[in-house]
Amino acid sequence: MQHNEKRWQNLGFQLGAVVLALLLTSLVILAAGAPPLDAYKQLLKGAFGTKMNVADTVVAWVPLLLATSGLLVTFAAGLWNIGVEGQIILGSIFTTGVLKLLQDSPLPPAFIIVLAVLGGMLGGGLWAVLAGVLKTFGGVNEIFGGLGLNFIATSMTIWLIFGPWKRPGVGSMSGTEPFPESLWLPTLPGLRLSIWAVMLGIIALVVIYFLLQGTYFGLKLKAVGNNPRAAFLLGIPTWQYMLLSFFLCGLFAGLAGSLQVVAVYHRLIPSISSGYGYLGLMVAMLINYQAFWVAPVAFFFVALNIGSIQLPIALKLDSSLSGVIQGSLVLAVLVVEGIRHRLLRK
Amino acid sequence: MEIEFRNINKTFGTVRANIGIHFSIPAGTIQGILGENGAGKSTLMKILSGYILPDSGEIYLDGELAKIENPADAIRYGIGMLHQDPLDFPPMKALDNFMIGKPGSLFPARREAERAFLELRDQFGFTVDPNSYVDSMTVGERQQLEILRLLWLGVRVFILDEPTTGISAQQKEKLFLTLRRLADNGNTVVFVSHKLEDVEALCDRVVVLRRGELAGQMTPPYDTDRLIEMMFGKVIKLDERLPCSATDQLVLRLQNVAIDDYRLQIRNVNLEVRCGEVIGLAGMEGSGQELLLRACAGLVRTVGGRVIVNGKDLTGKDTHSFMRHGVTFMPASRLEEGLIPGLSINEHFILTGEQKGVFIKRDKAKSYSQNKISEYSIRGFPESRVEALSGGNQQRTLLALLKEELSLILLEHPTRGLDIESTIYIWSKLKERCAKGAAILFISPDLEEILQYSDRVIVFFSGRVSPPLDATLTNVDQLGQLIGGKGWEEIFEKEQVGVSNAAQ
Repeated sequence: MQHNEKRWQNLGFQLGAVVLALLLTSLVILAAGAPPLDAYKQLLKGAFGTKMNVADTVVAWVPLLLATSGLLVTFAAGLWNIGVEGQIILGSIFTTGVLKLLQDSPLPPAFIIVLAVLGGMLGGGLWAVLAGVLKTFGGVNEIFGGLGLNFIATSMTIWLIFGPWKRPGVGSMSGTEPFPESLWLPTLPGLRLSIWAVMLGIIALVVIYFLLQGTYFGLKLKAVGNNPRAAFLLGIPTWQYMLLSFFLCGLFAGLAGSLQVVAVYHRLIPSISSGYGYLGLMVAMLINYQAFWVAPVAFFFVALNIGSIQLPIALKLDSSLSGVIQGSLVLAVLVVEGIRHRLLRK
Repeated sequence: MEIEFRNINKTFGTVRANIGIHFSIPAGTIQGILGENGAGKSTLMKILSGYILPDSGEIYLDGELAKIENPADAIRYGIGMLHQDPLDFPPMKALDNFMIGKPGSLFPARREAERAFLELRDQFGFTVDPNSYVDSMTVGERQQLEILRLLWLGVRVFILDEPTTGISAQQKEKLFLTLRRLADNGNTVVFVSHKLEDVEALCDRVVVLRRGELAGQMTPPYDTDRLIEMMFGKVIKLDERLPCSATDQLVLRLQNVAIDDYRLQIRNVNLEVRCGEVIGLAGMEGSGQELLLRACAGLVRTVGGRVIVNGKDLTGKDTHSFMRHGVTFMPASRLEEGLIPGLSINEHFILTGEQKGVFIKRDKAKSYSQNKISEYSIRGFPESRVEALSGGNQQRTLLALLKEELSLILLEHPTRGLDIESTIYIWSKLKERCAKGAAILFISPDLEEILQYSDRVIVFFSGRVSPPLDATLTNVDQLGQLIGGKGWEEIFEKEQVGVSNAAQ
């Protein structure tokens, strides 16, 4: 009985958080001089209005799914892998590099794509290990290390686009020369949606779920995350596990970046990561690191993103409104969680 | 002030810490709260002083319902608590600590505070210097500082949680005099302890808690056997000395080991430890015994000499290599170094147990944990998180986690904060290990414990390491002198490790 009561109580608090977030956002919309209800309607329409909209939402869902899944591994080990953004970017860079290297070779295109995706994963993984090495051997907190590496990764993209990989003639913000269609991941007819990418995203999430819930490896990561000192004395090689968790997260982030190239943009563009790394951090925090909730919440977040594209056209509102909603939602949930703890102090 | 507890209940996770506690404390008395570890004493006191809220129940002060929701409320009602570990701010001066928590203006009146400090101090005959830094003070002096601070805040109910842990006999006597005076001045003193002799010497009345429930009350003259029965539910006597099960086979050999620390140097330690042997390391805290013990586990780097385990030279190797050779180390700080908060008992057993394949077999693990829990009589369930267990049960869990095949067990304060029953139990388990061939090295501040359970004793004094003494041929007085640095020349005259090898 008591258990049930607690569950309802929790649900009540969570609903409260959503209401609070909506309230905050509505205030922002009102301040911008638009009717809130209309804005929400446009958001929904933008995300799900047409078949094309739905497909675009799913396209955006995949990288967020991958980034968040990867982050669950580093969070389990007690690490704040802010560098996930840079790891996505390095995934894109490595994939672009492999494609550029092999696009004129006689190898079958499918094989080239597979190599390019594996290359991208490796790139993300290595970039993550770099943040891990900085932490374990250099004493650099992973938050600062990751932040620094993110800046380097972004600069590297710009340098590649305007330098060594520039389009014939003059470099442009629109990115590198697009790859021939044979090197695109096949998409559903008439849509930008690749069924392969979606499958990879879902497989990744399932793998992470079982890794963290059911394996010795996952439990050891959790031990390292909760108390590295005791974990070490219980015989777990602590720093090796930390590096490994960075590498795993980097693999998933790299896969996200890689798919952005082979399935979505077919070239390297300056903002290739589209902020999915940071968004992934928010999703992970919002769901309190529970793998079970990654898929729905990530979907909700990208729906907001895609839906907001509609706003400037329909209501002359900036599309950054989706960011406001996401941000206030995370803050509202964290605040309400804090209040709940205070009220039910144990 | 008269305090009345009415039907207090408190649950942590699956552990019921207080069950329907109901009694009252008259004003101007010293009330003892007696109970073994995990009996719910600290919980009840934390409720009274506002650190935690009860699930249900009320507290009445002088017959009126009190709403105590945080420590500041408690202070306002005149209730103050001295914690087991004094909650002060070490790098600050005594006077600053004294002033913290005093409501008032933005700019505190230092001079006035100092005058009040000195006045109260002299009134009680304390010796604390307002300008000394807290980290240079003894536990006893910190207690004095806390008492002064609470007095200045206008506190009339003083709660002391295990105040006689870590202070000398002299300081204890002084503390008791102070508490007596506080009570004579009309204050109420609540004295929480698991030490029978302290409670009997000091308290006007006693309540006993057992497993979260009120087991009984008593006023002098105290019937010790009856009190013990209330505490444990049965009468317990200290065991006979357990026989030594040492064999001739060597487990550990230290050859000319040297260790450097920023505070002290240890030089030329030579030691041979045989299978089945128990060696107690005695000394004031920070005399070098912690360093040597950790060096035997590969946790502290040696700067000279060799550490040989089971015939294998492990000098300079990391602690995981030591573990592979059958060495295990149990730290004193259970929740900081020993166990992993956030993980359940079951998950701890999975981590330390045999791991076959990739996936965890939860059902098998759970029945294994269930067996261990009943074998070691841990009060908890496989799903209980370790931080929800009491100190004694955390210690039992740590012990239960030890692998089957061990040749050397290194223990820091194995029974710190545990009651007699738990202590006896834990040592009986450890001696079982010895009978199976493991050797034990342990540190304890309790000389009685060292004499009771060791076969040989090594004494430490600011980096000096004595040759092993036969535990049956020495006594508390001698050990007490040695750990204070007295009598080394007479006792170890002809030995190789004497004054000449000492550091500095």
